[in-house]
Amino acid sequence: MTGLYIALGVALLVIVVVVAIYNGLVHKKVRCEEAWSQIDVQLKRRYDLIPNLVETVKGYASHEKETLENVIKARNTAISANGVAEQAGAENMLTGALSKLFALSESYPNLKANENFAQLQEELTSTENKIAFSRQHYNDSVAVYNIDILKFPNNMVAGMFKFTKRDMFELEDTAQREAPKVSF
Amino acid sequence: MPVETFHTLIARNKRNSVLLITGFMIFFMGLGLLIGIVWGMSIGGSEPDYDAYGNAVYEHQTQGSEMPSEIPHDAPVEQATEINWHFGIMVALIAGGVAFVMTLASFYGGGNVLLGMSKARQIQKANDPQLFNVVEELTLAGGQPMPKIYIINDSAMNAFATGRNPKHAAVAITTGLRTRLNRDELQGVMAHELSHVRHYDILYATLMAVMVGCVVMLCDVFLRSVLWGGAGGRRRKSDSDNGILHIILTVVAIVLAILAPILARIIQMALSRQREYLADAGAVELTRNPDGLANALAKLSSDEEVLEVANRATAPLFIVHPVKKFEERSKSIFDTHPPVTERIKRLHSLTV
Repeated sequence: MTGLYIALGVALLVIVVVVAIYNGLVHKKVRCEEAWSQIDVQLKRRYDLIPNLVETVKGYASHEKETLENVIKARNTAISANGVAEQAGAENMLTGALSKLFALSESYPNLKANENFAQLQEELTSTENKIAFSRQHYNDSVAVYNIDILKFPNNMVAGMFKFTKRDMFELEDTAQREAPKVSF
Repeated sequence: MPVETFHTLIARNKRNSVLLITGFMIFFMGLGLLIGIVWGMSIGGSEPDYDAYGNAVYEHQTQGSEMPSEIPHDAPVEQATEINWHFGIMVALIAGGVAFVMTLASFYGGGNVLLGMSKARQIQKANDPQLFNVVEELTLAGGQPMPKIYIINDSAMNAFATGRNPKHAAVAITTGLRTRLNRDELQGVMAHELSHVRHYDILYATLMAVMVGCVVMLCDVFLRSVLWGGAGGRRRKSDSDNGILHIILTVVAIVLAILAPILARIIQMALSRQREYLADAGAVELTRNPDGLANALAKLSSDEEVLEVANRATAPLFIVHPVKKFEERSKSIFDTHPPVTERIKRLHSLTV
């Protein structure tokens, strides 16, 4: 009888531990997923801001067609990009085109004085930062999660319920992590 | 792995908060017991209706904290020869109740009290889009909820965070600091404040600020009740037992009145200096840019102005000590804040 109780007790203990570990892993996995979706939210916000920006700039510097068209083109490419690598490339193009646009605004004092433009510039700078920070947060969350599923005894539970390692958001070089400095 | 370090810090802060609350309750009840004994002796030990009577007396006295005038001097004289434990325990329970209410109040409302004391005014995104953007960016970096943002209308440069957890947090910045920082520096300062939020420093510091105030107040009540009311007086001159008890109580009261505030201060400053370094490190963990905060601290340290709305209780909450002048800020060892120059040095030594 005593043996049975001990066995039952041990089984119960194992179940409690497994449930606790499982919940912990789910929690960390959900954090990663939330962080990932936040990146998309910010990217979308950037796409939404760009047409406004282009319209505003047009009013003051309509003959800078090429720069403006590049921005629009980069935006549309980024929206329609498929796959992480392709998207990352398109986003880089867009970031470059945008910083060119802001550099250009330096030679138009009227444009710079425009309140709407200043607002858009602040919003875009902030959105660039938000993209960078949400990627950073995603990577941080993935790092925590990836370490957690490797630890003992978590790795046994992770194996049982198919928690697999997640990929980090790779950046080509470290300078890219920082949002382009738009000085004003 | 820095994340692990911060996790242990958060766990420690929560544990310390529980300890603080427990210690505070025990201390409050113990002191309540002593005060009850002192009052009980003056009222008389064996009156049949001391419960209702004691209650009435207590309520009078907590409001005015002027007990001597309330104490009836025509109470029966001969009976008051032994310690009235019932009355003492009753006052202890009431004190415990008061402590409990205080704890709840400071847990749920402490942040608002401190914001109110600092004359902080909540703002919306339309009032200062850049400030909101900067904070939003950092909440994304830390994966934490957006705090409420407050402005203190003061030309002195300072900032603080308060609340009970990241979901109920507020950050406040003076207009003086806001206008003198560029975007990167503002980001550094806000990241420092959000690290306090993330580390649960805000809960501990807010509870501390309220409770230190309460302990000091109660010790004062106790000292007064021993010196001017209670066991002293003409009625017990013949009773040597009570005389000795009175002396002991007086000594305890004086020691407590002196020690309690000092002890509270020591706990407060010893813990908060370490927290400032950790919040600086946490800020860099968020921004990955030590220069922003370092430059902001340099600007902050050059500020000679004293923040009028800050006081001793709220001082540990601020990013730099709000009351002291720069020379003292950078030299004093027994302070709630580490010297700014040391903080800048440590920031630059952080590898990102």
